[in-house]
Amino acid sequence: MAAESKIDPMHQFQIDALFGDLSQGATPFVFTNSALWMLIVLGTVWVFMMGGMKRELVPGRWQMAVEGVTGFITSMLDANIGPEGRKFVPWVFTVFMFILVANLMGMMPFGIIPGVHPFTVTSQFTVTGVMAIISFSIVLIVGFWRHGLHFFSLFVPSGTPFILKLLIVPIEFVSFLVRPFSLALRLFVAMIAGHILVKVFGSFIVGGLNAEGFMGPMISLLSFVFIVGVSALELLVCAIQAYVFALLTSLYINDAVNLH
Amino acid sequence: MSISLEAAKVIGAGLAAIGVGAAAAGVGIVFGSFLQGALRNPAAADSQQGRLFIGFASAELLGLIAFAVAMIILYAV
Repeated sequence: MAAESKIDPMHQFQIDALFGDLSQGATPFVFTNSALWMLIVLGTVWVFMMGGMKRELVPGRWQMAVEGVTGFITSMLDANIGPEGRKFVPWVFTVFMFILVANLMGMMPFGIIPGVHPFTVTSQFTVTGVMAIISFSIVLIVGFWRHGLHFFSLFVPSGTPFILKLLIVPIEFVSFLVRPFSLALRLFVAMIAGHILVKVFGSFIVGGLNAEGFMGPMISLLSFVFIVGVSALELLVCAIQAYVFALLTSLYINDAVNLH
Repeated sequence: MSISLEAAKVIGAGLAAIGVGAAAAGVGIVFGSFLQGALRNPAAADSQQGRLFIGFASAELLGLIAFAVAMIILYAV
């Protein structure tokens, strides 16, 4: 019998201290692998943006790429919020780029370098939760700033009979409060699910190669083909999740700016 | 008949996985209906892409919650 291979698919989401001590009572300011990968994401976005912000009269390929992304976000806000949407381009663009690059960084095959473990920043609920809370705070602040207490009319669809209002207002209120939660949960669970799937089938490859007989390598081959397909799907999911986060943020801001 | 907690956990996680399949059907309906509409009126399709992804996101969220429940049952209970 080959050795029982036990691969823990959750280990990749573990936060390790690179410098400092994570144990109880130690300083909370610890440089973790999560912080390291956030810095890597920041550096990547920075390099990407700096390369395209030279304001050349005839844009090169790089500048066209940067302008494509900014134009994409700007047109999304224009379509969803209207002319006032331009004010919110900085936050939506920031969060879109950060999520997109963080998701893609987690999918990059850095693991082939010995000792390097890629870490998906967005697979932690704390990270996505903070981004969702900032989006939700923008909605609340803008809504109360512009409309005052009239902002509460967001929960009352116009033209509803009084009896229905008793039912609809609590439902709208709860669905409004759930928004930041669902925004954060969607991103982090989507990232976790994909990575666990890849890791589980990766353990099938190893287990199949260790197994005796003819069927083991066959299972490994099948798992490998499956992983290639899933990885392609995951790259798509990375982009879709970043897009969905930005899109829902812009829709929620639209509620605050225009009140239905 | 009694089963151990370990076995009950695995059974519960498996039951929670049914929800993921249901969400798969939902996502399929979203994209299928979009394609049906888009092929009938291709000119209007591009302007509805935002709504497509809103529908996709809300259908997908429920499947992801089912997945999260399965993970909580398996690893956190």
